[in-house]
Amino acid sequence: MNILIRNTGGVPIYEQIFTQLRDEICSGTLLPGEALPSIRSLARDLRVSVITTKRAYEELERAGYVVTVAGKGSFVAERDLELEQEARLREIESHLSAAAKLGKKCGITEPELVEMLRLQWEE
Amino acid sequence: MSENAIELRHVSRSFGDFGVSDLNLTLPGGCILGLMGENGAGKSTTIRLLMDTLRRDGGEIFVLGVDNTTPEFQRVKQDIGVVLDEARFPETLNARELEQVLALTFTNWESDTFHRYMDRFQLPEKKLFKDFSRGMKMKLAIAAALSHRARLLILDEATAGLDPIVRDEVVEVFREFVCDDDHSILICSHIVSDLEKLCDYAGFLHKGRLLFCEEKDALLEGCGLLSCTAGQLAELEPGAVLGSVRSPYGAVALVRRDGVPAGFELEKPTLEDIILFQVKGEKHA
Repeated sequence: MNILIRNTGGVPIYEQIFTQLRDEICSGTLLPGEALPSIRSLARDLRVSVITTKRAYEELERAGYVVTVAGKGSFVAERDLELEQEARLREIESHLSAAAKLGKKCGITEPELVEMLRLQWEE
Repeated sequence: MSENAIELRHVSRSFGDFGVSDLNLTLPGGCILGLMGENGAGKSTTIRLLMDTLRRDGGEIFVLGVDNTTPEFQRVKQDIGVVLDEARFPETLNARELEQVLALTFTNWESDTFHRYMDRFQLPEKKLFKDFSRGMKMKLAIAAALSHRARLLILDEATAGLDPIVRDEVVEVFREFVCDDDHSILICSHIVSDLEKLCDYAGFLHKGRLLFCEEKDALLEGCGLLSCTAGQLAELEPGAVLGSVRSPYGAVALVRRDGVPAGFELEKPTLEDIILFQVKGEKHA
């Protein structure tokens, strides 16, 4: 499993840990029931603050990706595939809607925008 | 995380024109607190007050949950590993002889642990302490502090005088120490970059007063460095600017991220930036 912390770019460290662990869970690299590294060992290995790591785990738990068992640690939660897919569709829709709005604003036609998407798809 | 490892409440000690006043400081158990400050800001005074080797004028101090003026504190001292800026061991002893002294001093002395650190730090067993280099002396003091099952490390300029590679190694050792969530570290230093790498909380002493003590990442991520024109600077919400430095060509300001309009490009500051802007930058009250 890779977790890369970047100090440039302005993304808070807890968010970087949150996003990357979430992606590992969604992509199936981390399987339901699998134990996550302990907060302290992850903090040591990433060379980041314990508090920041703890915050990332808390956010993962709040978002339903992780369950924490007192005294045992944190584990990947059982997944609700349908719910996840729905969440992703919503995310795609919001990106597309932003693109459509921007297109309208600067006078790009629908076929042009569709063509742009097609080119991105093929990349 | 359990009780607070260190708690200072309204602690004062004056030496005339010098000292600390109304110091409130908390180190939550299982965390690392980095205390920064210039020479003479009161860092070592704070440590001496903590260990009760210096009497305070007022206030309360609890270390590992115990009032440090009570007789019980003598027992607590066994659980504290202290490394001061100058390692003071008998000059004519070598490490092996020194170990025999330490084993009598600390009830929980662990010879295996000590020898492991001696190996790791590549310290000689037979060389006399007086012939040690500064770096070797510090490493020996750190090895000793880590070898009697301490729950709290108090470090005063413990990385000063060490070369960057050894400093990094020492920082790594401290990181391993806090893998046990019952272990805490107070580290005072003016090598801000070491503290930035290591600590969970960052505090800054200036002229005997604590200017801030906050969670490090929240502090660094809540602020930004803004390069702008003098005009742009003047238009910013006054409360959003923590300090600024002007030149004839523009200004650089340390700002609160949530206080500036979207669209401004902010750079992530270092702890050093935050300190310098607070001390030297113009204040915008």
